Amino acid sequence: MIQLQNVSKRYPSGQEALSGVSLSMRPGDMAFLTGHSGAGKSTLLKLIALIERPSRGQIAVNGQNLANLRRRGVPFHRRNIGIIFQDHHLLHDRTVFDNVALPLVIAGYRPQEIGRRVRAALDKVGLLHKEKALPVTLSSGEQQRVGIARAVVNRPPILLADEPTGNLDPDLSREIMNLFLVFNQLGATVLIASHDLELISTLGKPMIRLHDGRRIDATDTA
Amino acid sequence: MKQARRNRTKPSVRSRFGAWGDNHARALLFSLGKLYRSPVATLLTVTVIAIALALPTGLLLLLANLERLGGGLESSTTISAFTTQQVQDSAAARLAREITDWPEVGAVEFRSREQALAEFRERSGLGAALDALDENPLPAVLLVTPTAATAEPDALAGLVERLQALPEVEFAQLDTLWVQRLFAIMNVGRRGVEVIALLLGLAVLLVVGNTIRLDIQNRREEIVVTKLIGATDAFIRRPFLYGGLWYGLLGGGLAVLIVSVSLLALQGPVSHLAGLYDSSFRLSGPGPLDVLGLLVAGTLLGLGGSWIAVGRHLREIEPS
Ligand SMILES: Nc1ncnc2c1ncn2[C@@H]1O[C@H](COP(=O)(O)OP(=O)(O)O)[C@@H](O)[C@H]1O
Ligand SMILES: [Mg+2]
Repeated sequence: MIQLQNVSKRYPSGQEALSGVSLSMRPGDMAFLTGHSGAGKSTLLKLIALIERPSRGQIAVNGQNLANLRRRGVPFHRRNIGIIFQDHHLLHDRTVFDNVALPLVIAGYRPQEIGRRVRAALDKVGLLHKEKALPVTLSSGEQQRVGIARAVVNRPPILLADEPTGNLDPDLSREIMNLFLVFNQLGATVLIASHDLELISTLGKPMIRLHDGRRIDATDTA
Repeated sequence: MKQARRNRTKPSVRSRFGAWGDNHARALLFSLGKLYRSPVATLLTVTVIAIALALPTGLLLLLANLERLGGGLESSTTISAFTTQQVQDSAAARLAREITDWPEVGAVEFRSREQALAEFRERSGLGAALDALDENPLPAVLLVTPTAATAEPDALAGLVERLQALPEVEFAQLDTLWVQRLFAIMNVGRRGVEVIALLLGLAVLLVVGNTIRLDIQNRREEIVVTKLIGATDAFIRRPFLYGGLWYGLLGGGLAVLIVSVSLLALQGPVSHLAGLYDSSFRLSGPGPLDVLGLLVAGTLLGLGGSWIAVGRHLREIEPS
């Protein structure tokens, strides 16, 4: 599902964010990406979502070699990936419903279908009663759950999350992680960057450890 | 990846096709809503566009009115044919009846030597000087009005020549030179207005382009987010293009209003002026074609301006 072979990323500034990283996730796998701040976690997720391009090495997602994907193909690639950010990236002038509906609007669903799917997604994250609220009126944990609902509403086969619990207290963090476990059980391939080792070590999922842009765990686990 | 995409439940072809229309309708309404929510900024932009469109339109309409007026003058042109001194009034009157039968002549008014003298006496106030002469120095005059079909320069010149060729006629004179000068001046005016229209059209393009550019900058965050969740360039472009379209269309509509009201304001003084010349001339306002033209021009300029802005500024906004 997600394959990296000897991937390196050097930013234009000269910073080598990733050096020779390989990993392989099969459909339905779930893994955590850990490492100190600046280890290259975000960079790795950005490469998979084609927010950045690798300097060296090969990345394949869903059997598609990303090097062959032109600019025009990028949006369609991203529709197969639900991305969750630490700072939510919600649109503040639109309701919770409209935020969650955005991927469906983009993909060209009809209004009735959109209503059905948005409510189903909001129901899964427990925010059905907030559909008319504006994001600013929600707590940080609720905003994060709206972000998750938006990421899953299109039922993408892949979920990427970059420090989704970074701003949350332990209880809320556990709640959010449980949501990801549920979506993984429903069949999604899930990769989560997090340095909350205490929490993720209890979840029984493989960890991909990065240090200064290199993998430091045994490469064969995930 | 293609395969996996097909495996998941996706909108059917038909629902996609309908959704394409939905998407456009949605973007159209959405962009209108955006304008509605910032009424002051919108009104400012729309007014600037409207003035830029109204100015050349108003001038062109005035020119058209002047041309109409000039055309009326030209067709009411008469040719004055002065008889030689030897021709008596009775002979001149006979000649007048003869000329009336010419195909290019509409009517002939005969003014005898006595009438000419009386008129001159009255108008010039030189009665005493005329009394000093023992003979009437004025010839009889035939005022020849050409038919409407003859009321264009070449035919008129032909008619003047034919009158001139008559032995009884000393001198025939067509007084249209000033009308021709008027038309020449109006041609200069028209060219000038065309240049102004071109420049102001360019101004509308730039105004809309700049407004949309600012709009794009203000919604940078939103553009990044929608790109991240898989929006195509076309999807992101659409509301901005429709925004420009609305600016242009609303500007065109306001321009229609401005032009109509301005002409209405001129109507009173113009009627008064025309009255002084015994004319019932009235300014004609923008017709349906002018209105349509303004709306279409506004819409196209708005769309063009936003197209330029979108082409230049949307691509460079990418998630990082
Ligand atoms: N856009 C960028 N330009 C230059 N350097 C960057 C950029 N993004 C990240 N980096 C650098 O790359 C390294 C890895 O960053 P990142 O992937 O964000 O790490 P993490 O998410 O694990 O904290 C860091 O040293 C960071 O400073
Ligand atoms: Mg990071």
